Amino acid sequence: MVPIAYYLVLAAILFAIGIAAFLIKRNVITIFMSIELMLNAVNLTFVAFSHMWHQVSGQIFVFFVMVVAAAEAAVGLAIIIALFRVRQTLDVDHINLMKD
Amino acid sequence: MQIALFIIFGLLAVAGALNLLFQRHPINSALSLVVVMMSLAVLYWSLGAEFLAAAQVIVYAGAIMVLFIFVVMLLNAGEEDRTHGSKIAYIAGIPGAAAIVCLLSYVFLSNRQQLGTTQLGGYLSSSVSNISEISHTLFTSLLLPFEVTSILILVAILGAVVLARKEL
Repeated sequence: MVPIAYYLVLAAILFAIGIAAFLIKRNVITIFMSIELMLNAVNLTFVAFSHMWHQVSGQIFVFFVMVVAAAEAAVGLAIIIALFRVRQTLDVDHINLMKD
Repeated sequence: MQIALFIIFGLLAVAGALNLLFQRHPINSALSLVVVMMSLAVLYWSLGAEFLAAAQVIVYAGAIMVLFIFVVMLLNAGEEDRTHGSKIAYIAGIPGAAAIVCLLSYVFLSNRQQLGTTQLGGYLSSSVSNISEISHTLFTSLLLPFEVTSILILVAILGAVVLARKEL
């Protein structure tokens, strides 16, 4: 007997850690990983609410989120490889072609 | 029983996420993200989503994280260095994230009576299993979105191949 609210609070904590990592990390691969962490936190909320409403629609939504996350990871990592070929760095502070 | 499972794996997930935040080397961050995803799979299972627990382990912890670690090794990514930009992010990011946690926790915990509690072993009252319920919905009323996602995956494969080519 765990209150649903505890699962939601856990998801909020994971989401906030994802936001902090997104802002603090300087490596573009790690920033990408923190996006995956935020997606996972939202998935946990979907599953918890799906349990609460006794329906599988939330779980199917999580399934689609997983599919889109897999596609996003493939394309994003290919972009990172192309970026590394051009700039020879993974530090986002040095990737400032559009800034100056 | 279930509260013990929740506490153990919830703490494991939070510890893994904090480790992702504080480790400097990308490979350590990737491995702690695997810990987070595995503990989330256990939490999905305790919420009665067996299919998603299996899919979480196979798709996230298996496929996506292997792709991440593969790219980290391919690009030989080293430790990140602390720069001026990241100090500003420390000042703005930590309080912002803490404010989001406080706000969301307040909303959720003040409504905990309406949100109810979980029961172990799923919630579907009839004898159908979780997987058959999901597949029935997925292949009848949601067939079109399911087919569209397969086209999305195909486009993503083509895009990844084109972007990672040598001559861009």
